[in-house]
Amino acid sequence: MAPKLPPQHTLEQSSATTTAGQAQEHDHHHGGPTGIKRWLLTTNHKEIGTLYLLFSLSMFFIGGIFALVVRAELFQPGLQLVEPEFFNQMTTMHGLIMVFGAVMPAFVGLANWMIPLQVGAPDMALPRLNNFSFWLLPVAFGLLLSTLFMPGGAPNFGWTFYAPLSTDYGPPSTTFFIFSLHIAGISSILGAINIIATILNMRAPGMRMMDMPLFVWTWLITAFLLIAVMPVLAGVITMMLMDINFGTSFFDAGGGGDPVLFQHLFWFFGHPEVYIMILPAFGIVSAIVPAFARKPLFGYASMVYATASIAILSFLVWVHHMFVVGLPLAAELFFMYTTMLIAVPTGVKVFNWVTTLFRGSITFETPMLFALAFIVMFTIGGFSGLMLAIVPADFQYHDTYFVVAHFHYVLVPGAVFAIIAGAYYWLPKWTGHYPDERLGRWHFWLSVIGVNLTFFPMHFSGLAGMPRRIPDYALQFADFNMVSSIGGFIFGVSQLLFIAVLIKCVRGGEKAPAKAWDGAEDLEWTVPSPAPLHTFETPPDLTSQAPQRH
Amino acid sequence: MTPVQKTVTRTVVVLIGMFFFAFALVPLYDVFCRVTGLNGKAANQPQAMSNEEADTSRYVTVQFITRSSKGLPWELEALTRQVRVHPGQPTEVEFAFTNNSDDDVWGRAVPSVTPSEASLHMRKLTCFCFQEQLIGGGERIEMPLVFQLTRDLPEDINTVTLVYTLYPVDNDNVSQQVQTTSLEGGDA
Repeated sequence: MAPKLPPQHTLEQSSATTTAGQAQEHDHHHGGPTGIKRWLLTTNHKEIGTLYLLFSLSMFFIGGIFALVVRAELFQPGLQLVEPEFFNQMTTMHGLIMVFGAVMPAFVGLANWMIPLQVGAPDMALPRLNNFSFWLLPVAFGLLLSTLFMPGGAPNFGWTFYAPLSTDYGPPSTTFFIFSLHIAGISSILGAINIIATILNMRAPGMRMMDMPLFVWTWLITAFLLIAVMPVLAGVITMMLMDINFGTSFFDAGGGGDPVLFQHLFWFFGHPEVYIMILPAFGIVSAIVPAFARKPLFGYASMVYATASIAILSFLVWVHHMFVVGLPLAAELFFMYTTMLIAVPTGVKVFNWVTTLFRGSITFETPMLFALAFIVMFTIGGFSGLMLAIVPADFQYHDTYFVVAHFHYVLVPGAVFAIIAGAYYWLPKWTGHYPDERLGRWHFWLSVIGVNLTFFPMHFSGLAGMPRRIPDYALQFADFNMVSSIGGFIFGVSQLLFIAVLIKCVRGGEKAPAKAWDGAEDLEWTVPSPAPLHTFETPPDLTSQAPQRH
Repeated sequence: MTPVQKTVTRTVVVLIGMFFFAFALVPLYDVFCRVTGLNGKAANQPQAMSNEEADTSRYVTVQFITRSSKGLPWELEALTRQVRVHPGQPTEVEFAFTNNSDDDVWGRAVPSVTPSEASLHMRKLTCFCFQEQLIGGGERIEMPLVFQLTRDLPEDINTVTLVYTLYPVDNDNVSQQVQTTSLEGGDA
């Protein structure tokens, strides 16, 4: 199965270094800059990938602290800790940071690290652009976080920033928020261009599109989604900017605009955006499940087509976020059915993962635990999504905690668990050491318990009518909220274990061979662990091989 | 061009296309809504009365709701909260504007029709909402709305709600409007 590497290539790798410190020296031979400049100026996909992942991790903690402020306030009914105004800033910043600062950069980081390794390319197609798109992010989120210290406070209108709430009634810092989102958007777009250019042009000779690992496939489709919808987001926030500062009336009914237009434009971006945050997760899980079930992925081609169908359908469902704005029956029916249609390709994926597990010789290392939890809990989130798709039911669920439960189930045990699973899976490749299995299990079980304690009761409080985004609630929701808050703190604190695992793994641990996991078959496992700074300078030749997957 | 350059060029073209598409959606949405009436916006021009006979076989309840908004010290009151009309029957209702401040202020009432399907069937012959109003400090003015629901109003619509929301008009916008409004004011 392993591709034949040209001898000269193997030689270089065998002389290549095995620890991070020596890898740096390897770089010195090329006369690269040192110290901080090495990271500011790097064009190496692995270093940029690491930067992305570290950035995303720090944003994950900052956004997590904001969430814990929210959960602390909601621990008991009544206003306890923070002003309602500040509470609104926390919910808004939590959403914005997690979506644009944590989940999206984490996937881009994984893409940077793994896509060149998985397609047998020496680097990304546009390495300097890669550097630029990363360094835009600290600027964007530095700016966004700085709004917390501005007069009037940070944005307080929810991560969906509905106009005219955000344009007429938002704080003065809204303009800074728009600018930071512009920068973050440009970063994502440049990242997407780079990924498309890499995948389409830099695959090893002999690797056809249908030979690509699913993580590569899902990212290719995600990148197209990014190209299609990030400009729409840029357009919407530009219109907001003009409404606020230049006297236009795109969303102001007083001047002939239409607030509902904002919602249409926002969700035309927003719905594909939620698939941008989950498709690469599908790719990661599709790599991990076969590796630990020691069976090839069941239904590779159907996985690719399912991903593509989800991506196409994502452009036809945006109105299901706004069923209550007052729509004609025909529109409600259309968007209800298209939304439910998405369950079909998603069901195909879940079926394929389960069938891959069927009669496999499964072992339960930490990456597999997170991947299995992903399958179960993402499916729960998918089912509550189906409930929300039913128009008459949605009239009741709209803007309640049921919605919060739904999207946290698909984003936390969905996207975030997949990212964590990916990190555990590829850590041996990144550091040369296996992550600590015992700590990893603690991290996993505490995370699973924390996540379910936090978000499962939200289904009930939502069905009972507890509204979103309010710092206080009626007494009958007290128990549910106390459980949610306790769960939130368990989940939050247990992520410190992840940091401990990461530090331990970088500093030492059981040495990992090139093929760190038994059943892992993709190209990245043919280069040594840790992966040297430069890999596949001569592409592996796959032309002589039998087709890998079918 | 290298293959990479080709890919990047194509992607950037799509990218720019999508950015302009987002802006093109604004007029497209407007046209779409004008044709289908989906956003509940009624025509903002006086329409001729259609000389169809009232359909006395059915009644439709028309409700009037008024709302003020931030930045305009006005009060708008529907003197008739609700009327029962036959489709095709022209009806006049009165609205009272009160300026609670001491200054002359420009403002405008923006209408919205619910359910939105009814907006295409709502013909307004006279409405205070067709132009900006200037109301003197402390003044109270009554203004009429004459409307007619067309006979082809869908059968399942039994209640139509008209909402008027008050919006302030910027001073710089007013300067352009003074001429037209003063002309119309002369007629009245």
